[in-house]
Amino acid sequence: MWTWLHKFASPPHFYRLAGQLAPWFGWTALLLIIGGLYGGLVLAPPDYQQGDAFRIIYMHAPSAWMSLFIYVVMAVSAAIGLIWRIKLAHAVAASCAPLGASFTFAALVTGALWGQPMWGTWWVWDARLTSELILLFLYLGYIALRSSIDDLQRADRASAVLAIVGVVNVPIIHYSVVWWNTLHQPATVTKMAAPSISTSMLIPLLVMMVGFNLCFVALLLVRARGEVLRRERNAGWIREATA
Amino acid sequence: MSLSHFLAMGGYAAFVWPSYAVTLIVIVVNVLAARASHKRALEEARRRIGMQELAG
Repeated sequence: MWTWLHKFASPPHFYRLAGQLAPWFGWTALLLIIGGLYGGLVLAPPDYQQGDAFRIIYMHAPSAWMSLFIYVVMAVSAAIGLIWRIKLAHAVAASCAPLGASFTFAALVTGALWGQPMWGTWWVWDARLTSELILLFLYLGYIALRSSIDDLQRADRASAVLAIVGVVNVPIIHYSVVWWNTLHQPATVTKMAAPSISTSMLIPLLVMMVGFNLCFVALLLVRARGEVLRRERNAGWIREATA
Repeated sequence: MSLSHFLAMGGYAAFVWPSYAVTLIVIVVNVLAARASHKRALEEARRRIGMQELAG
């Protein structure tokens, strides 16, 4: 297990493997997202309360889920990089930030587009919305901090600390709808015992979430390949990889 | 079900379609940006190696 892990974390092996895997994840994600679009826009019936406006969930919930998931991946990789000084872990953390920021942006915009017809307002300063906005600022702060430090090793360490500290925001976002009174509706999917929507609505949502996840993995692999190249100075394998 | 009925989204077209457009554009931009980032790193690495060979 450890030798396998060590081999996987070696930059040349990762670079090659990531290059082979990324297209598979990407094309599978595309198929799932197309299937999810068809299921969500055509097959699922309109909601009895929200009508067709509920279909925004198929974009909003997967984006919001990814915004949290990517942050956890970023913080865990940053911690691994910091503790065990693994360059690949820092490369993965650095690759997460732009992806997470963009999904957070999508979650906020689709949330506003859902809030206006349902709540009569684009935005309220309540717990769920405000903590999600803070998540966007955490991603942007992480990116700004990295770009302000020229030395890659120092940028990796400083931004890792920010990523790890910021992870406290993740449970706050997730449980905000439980801990505080908020306009935001409670979770739809995580209630495993009794999901609060019918199967014909739920299946496209799950398909879409898996699609978004695989899409993230593909994007992460492509970005991490680039970050690995940036961290590997004058190594012989780069000559072979870039030939 | 007609196409215009589908596009009308029960009166919520102005909210449903922009939310799909924004999210899908975010994904497409991400794909392009990730590939560009990898390509840039490759070119930088090639340049580094080239300079090293010149120096050596």
